[in-house]
Amino acid sequence: MIRVVLPAHLRTLAKVNGEVNLDVGGPVTQRAVLDALEVRYPVLRGAIRDHVTKERRAFVRFFACEEDLSHELADAPLPDKVVSGAEPFMVVGALAGG
Amino acid sequence: MSKVRVLVGTRKGAFVLTSDGKRKQWKVAGPHFAGWEIYHIKGSPADPKRLYASQTSGWFGQQIQRSNDGGKTWEPVGNKFTYDGVTGTHQWYDGTPHPWEFKRVWHLEPSLADPDTVYAGVEDAALFRTTDGGKTWHELAGLRGHGSGSKWQPGAGGMCLHTILQDPKNPKRMFVAISAAGAFRSDDAGKTWKPINRGLRSQQIPDQDAEVGHCVHRLAMHPAHTDVLYMQKHWDVLRSDNAGESWHEVSGNLPSDFGFPIEVHPHEPRTIYVIPIKSDSEHYPPQGKLRVYRSRTGGDKWQALTKGLPQRDCYVNVLRDATSLDSLDPCGVYFGTTGGQVYASANAGDSWTPIVRDLPAVLSVEVQTLK
Repeated sequence: MIRVVLPAHLRTLAKVNGEVNLDVGGPVTQRAVLDALEVRYPVLRGAIRDHVTKERRAFVRFFACEEDLSHELADAPLPDKVVSGAEPFMVVGALAGG
Repeated sequence: MSKVRVLVGTRKGAFVLTSDGKRKQWKVAGPHFAGWEIYHIKGSPADPKRLYASQTSGWFGQQIQRSNDGGKTWEPVGNKFTYDGVTGTHQWYDGTPHPWEFKRVWHLEPSLADPDTVYAGVEDAALFRTTDGGKTWHELAGLRGHGSGSKWQPGAGGMCLHTILQDPKNPKRMFVAISAAGAFRSDDAGKTWKPINRGLRSQQIPDQDAEVGHCVHRLAMHPAHTDVLYMQKHWDVLRSDNAGESWHEVSGNLPSDFGFPIEVHPHEPRTIYVIPIKSDSEHYPPQGKLRVYRSRTGGDKWQALTKGLPQRDCYVNVLRDATSLDSLDPCGVYFGTTGGQVYASANAGDSWTPIVRDLPAVLSVEVQTLK
């Protein structure tokens, strides 16, 4: 079970409280987790990554295990502690003014 | 008894203001979508309980929200705006070709006849349409595919399609306006388009007769006189008496012919409203006096409407989508400011009072007259 933490605005959009738990088949990568997230919550399509290119939106970051994974390849394996559910995969809205 | 519902989009959420036909006591509901920019909210003329809102964020992109109960509850619908076919390029600020990139929806215009059909004007400038209540959106690519598309260039506010007018007397005729490309007309329900900018004069472009490149801020039209169009341009207020084939200036005695909104009285087709703003960079009312100007002659002769509006130390702006009129008699006029006030007049502009004073910066105001 993969644990995903969403920022407040996306929790509101998806109508969820707290963490999201996902079953991810096959290798656990950023792409696989986000694909599973968007299947469960279609309203999040386009809110984290581009609809077509699947590129991460500029002011969204991905953290796990106290590391910034935002620039890792989408198909790179996520840390073992994320795969085991010991640590969450965090979707974070970047600090910005306004 | 009639009621009015004022839909307010702000930098940090949406608000729904309601009153009876007297328009003296107001109920304020919101914020909806707290923390998100709400560029525009508009109700369907065919089903006033059906509302659409453009919700957008620099972090999380675009959402379209739909309400089926007049704004009490909302549901997100489709948010995929993909340009049709080869995306192509427009001009960037440095004159180089730049690929079209979707940024946000500026304006939503529900169909006059069908609550499930809505037009969306977007940045980078293009026109989209849904026919399934917002679930899916498809570009009307003939506009961007018009031969001039590669010459369009963003203004300082972005290259946005901000005005969509439907001709109630001719369902095949539509008008749109783009900053900073100009005004366009379709006579075949949006399949093909022609620029309608003859007579516009813009110091910011070298060729005054260029078919595109003019920074049109807003168009307005009375539903009973659809060959007559009014325009607030970056500078100049203009009128066309032939559906945009040619334009002439009607700025007359305005203290500044710069501004953003322009609106037409619902019962008097020659009565129009503008809100002069000082520019080119200040973007606040001249002399710190917030004044609406009304012309009863289709322009040229303008009367300042000031009763109830601040006449000193006022330095707010009124954006292009932030003015609207109800259709009661006498008609109500409403506008919102970047200072968070929404002012209302229940007597066609003769006097004003704020409905609310301290909202986030107002991006859009639309009013619905309800039976």
